[in-house]
Amino acid sequence: MRFDLSETQQLLKNTARKFLQAECPMAEVRRLMETETAHDPVLWSKIAAQGWTGIVFPEEYDGLGLGMVELAATMEEMGRALMPGPYLATVPMAGVLLDAAASAAQKRKYLAPICRGEARAAVFEGGLFAQDLGVADYLIQADRRNGALELVLWPASAVAAKPMPALDLTRRLYEVAITNPAAGELLARGSEAQAALDHMYDVATTALVAEMLGGMQRVLEITVEYAKTRKQFGKPIGQFQAVQHLCADMVLLVETTRSAAYYAAYALQEKLPEAREAVSIAKSYASEAYREVGNRGIQIHGGMGFTWENDLHLYYRRAKASEILFGDATEHRERIARLVLGG
Amino acid sequence: MLYDPEACGQSAQIAAPGTKPFNKRISRQWYDDRFGTTRMDLNLSPPEIQFRDELRAWLEQNLPRNWKQEHAALGAMEEKFAYLRRWQKKLYEGGWVGVAWPKDYGGRGASLIEQVILIEEMARASAPPVANVLGVGLVGPTLIAYGDDAQKKRFLAKILSGEEIWCQGFSEPNAGSDLAALGSEARRDGDHFILDGHKVWNSYGWAADWCAMLVRTDPQAPKHKGLTYLLVDMHSPGVRVRPLRQMTGESEFSELFFQNVRVPAENVLGRVNDGWNVAISTLMHERNTLGANLHIVFKRQFDRIVELARANGKAADPLVRQKLARCRADIEVFRLTQMRAITRVNQSGVPGPEGSILKIFWSEFNQRFQQVASEILGPYAQLTGECEHSPDEGQWAYGFLRARGNTIEAGTSEVQRNIVAQFVLGLPKSY
Ligand SMILES: Cc1cc2nc3c(=O)[nH]c(=O)nc-3n(C[C@H](O)[C@H](O)[C@H](O)COP(=O)(O)OP(=O)(O)OC[C@H]3O[C@@H](n4cnc5c(N)ncnc54)[C@H](O)[C@@H]3O)c2cc1C
Repeated sequence: MRFDLSETQQLLKNTARKFLQAECPMAEVRRLMETETAHDPVLWSKIAAQGWTGIVFPEEYDGLGLGMVELAATMEEMGRALMPGPYLATVPMAGVLLDAAASAAQKRKYLAPICRGEARAAVFEGGLFAQDLGVADYLIQADRRNGALELVLWPASAVAAKPMPALDLTRRLYEVAITNPAAGELLARGSEAQAALDHMYDVATTALVAEMLGGMQRVLEITVEYAKTRKQFGKPIGQFQAVQHLCADMVLLVETTRSAAYYAAYALQEKLPEAREAVSIAKSYASEAYREVGNRGIQIHGGMGFTWENDLHLYYRRAKASEILFGDATEHRERIARLVLGG
Repeated sequence: MLYDPEACGQSAQIAAPGTKPFNKRISRQWYDDRFGTTRMDLNLSPPEIQFRDELRAWLEQNLPRNWKQEHAALGAMEEKFAYLRRWQKKLYEGGWVGVAWPKDYGGRGASLIEQVILIEEMARASAPPVANVLGVGLVGPTLIAYGDDAQKKRFLAKILSGEEIWCQGFSEPNAGSDLAALGSEARRDGDHFILDGHKVWNSYGWAADWCAMLVRTDPQAPKHKGLTYLLVDMHSPGVRVRPLRQMTGESEFSELFFQNVRVPAENVLGRVNDGWNVAISTLMHERNTLGANLHIVFKRQFDRIVELARANGKAADPLVRQKLARCRADIEVFRLTQMRAITRVNQSGVPGPEGSILKIFWSEFNQRFQQVASEILGPYAQLTGECEHSPDEGQWAYGFLRARGNTIEAGTSEVQRNIVAQFVLGLPKSY
């Protein structure tokens, strides 16, 4: 029994960190968030070259064929770097849905280009928005028609994407309208479609939690650094217990979230019977923890924490968007309750 | 080999869908060659499984079937304790106490993981606890780390068999969180120390044959530098034990008075005036190992309160469902964080300050949990064991009160947060 990233996984994670420090520093994040889509084709081609766009997909579709834990470790680093753009929408969402639901021919046509970094995609299941639809080459829609769930793929040319201004500037939300109803291609129907969709949400939620973990870790580090250098009353503010205890709470929240995130990834990878519960535990926990870490980080920065130029609000915005995405803490707790209490 | 600039971003333009793939993209082969193929693995290894199965078979043969009734039927605290001592003797004869201790001292040289398996299996089988909780959990490991051969021979086997019960004499009326300010003094007198002092909050003090004490041996030295870790025979002349009644009504702990007690110099553990370092080792064990079975205890209580919530209809109340689901998540998060901590200690060999994170988490969780339980039980929550209407013989009323001690014992939550801030994060000391 060894509950930790393996050496291989740790190496992958370290590499991802170095890559992102070099290719996606904070200045780049800020540049991209001022653009129309927050997506950079050059950065995208670089992450594709790292293998990340195909990380969990079979080699026969040009993927890397790694597992959930590797995906989680990589996304943790993306969250730490606050990497902008459509990775979440394309890989853990659309890609996983294609992998689970599409035919071999469809996978060759749609999944393989995602793996190779040539295409991006988005997912829409009713609701308010589709994330990063504005830069997607196709949209997968989960739709209830004629009494059955259908997964339908639409080319970008058949979809109108209207940007919605929202808190997180690094990942964009779009209203969805299908403009050419004849252009859809059916991927799966009925129980098969439902199973694929459920699986996608498990994977994407876990990937998101790992990404949230990386963000929390970074907020903690930025804050502790500040507490060591900022002086008031002649000493570093990190010497005041009121500040120390807020920092200690942050460590606790980060480390416990790490346990929940890694376990959810492991449970999915190993197809453990408790995987679904583990995912909901992780998401309910992380949804509150990331926000709480952000609250404390901003408080410890004083007035600086409230400025636009300070990076914390960028993480805080991501924290809020992530809290809402795929169900907030309350929603996931009700799912846990259904598993434990029934009803 | 880390981030390979050559492998990333050779081609800056993106190709249109359907065109040929990048030739510089990382392949699985490339990945495996550079990074290796190891994976996270939470499964027990074959020796760990063998260990567990052997233990299960032994428990099957030896666990008294209805020990809870037998134990409850015994009246006095002393009789109940004697029952647990007999059980520990039996465990010891089977080789199931202190399994991670070296073979020479009565252990099995098992890994920390195996020790945790033992703790979990015992909890799962609802086996009785051992009598010598502090001896096995705290004093023994400290003796193994700091004791000389003669001390290990003299004390360890009797700790395991339960023949000698231990308590811990650290806290004093004027030295709690500020433990190093303690005033109990031991003066050198030839090949003995003469001990005078007053200790308080000593769990098992009333039952103990020996006390692991922290005392001052150099009043002139700075407070952390003049302390010595002393092993004191509780049957020596001049030792007096006074039971202390807790808010729960029991007398789980005591107050100890020492007057002119003669302690042989060979009972110093570690070096004279180096007691602080020895004591820290004990405290780390306290935070790391004493919690190993807690997630199972919590889970059992959780399953029971779920049963009660179903029975009284509260399980359908959305607010109660939220609260119970949060407890479920917290128990699981605690279990998992503990697994990660155990993995780390198993590799490094020593418990670290991260144990403080676990201590804060479980103690504060239990207070929230007991509150949720009492909300579910409504008016029944306040009934104590003597009442026939009381759910589970008053366990919940007791648990509600007992949980207040959790954030105080083994170092308060405030002190644990100081430790995390200073030793995990490297923030400057606040005092
Ligand atoms: C059930 C139980 C069992 C116990 N068993 C044992 C035992 O077997 N052996 C033994 O030696 N002791 C035992 N103790 C004692 C325990 O270790 C002490 O009670 C504890 O360390 C706190 O010390 P104190 O009671 O003197 O409180 P104090 O130190 O006086 O603390 C009072 C309050 O001040 C706060 N405080 C103190 N210092 C600081 C600081 N630097 N920063 C911030 N806040 C601070 C505390 O957090 C607390 O809220 C036990 C206690 C309990 C409740």
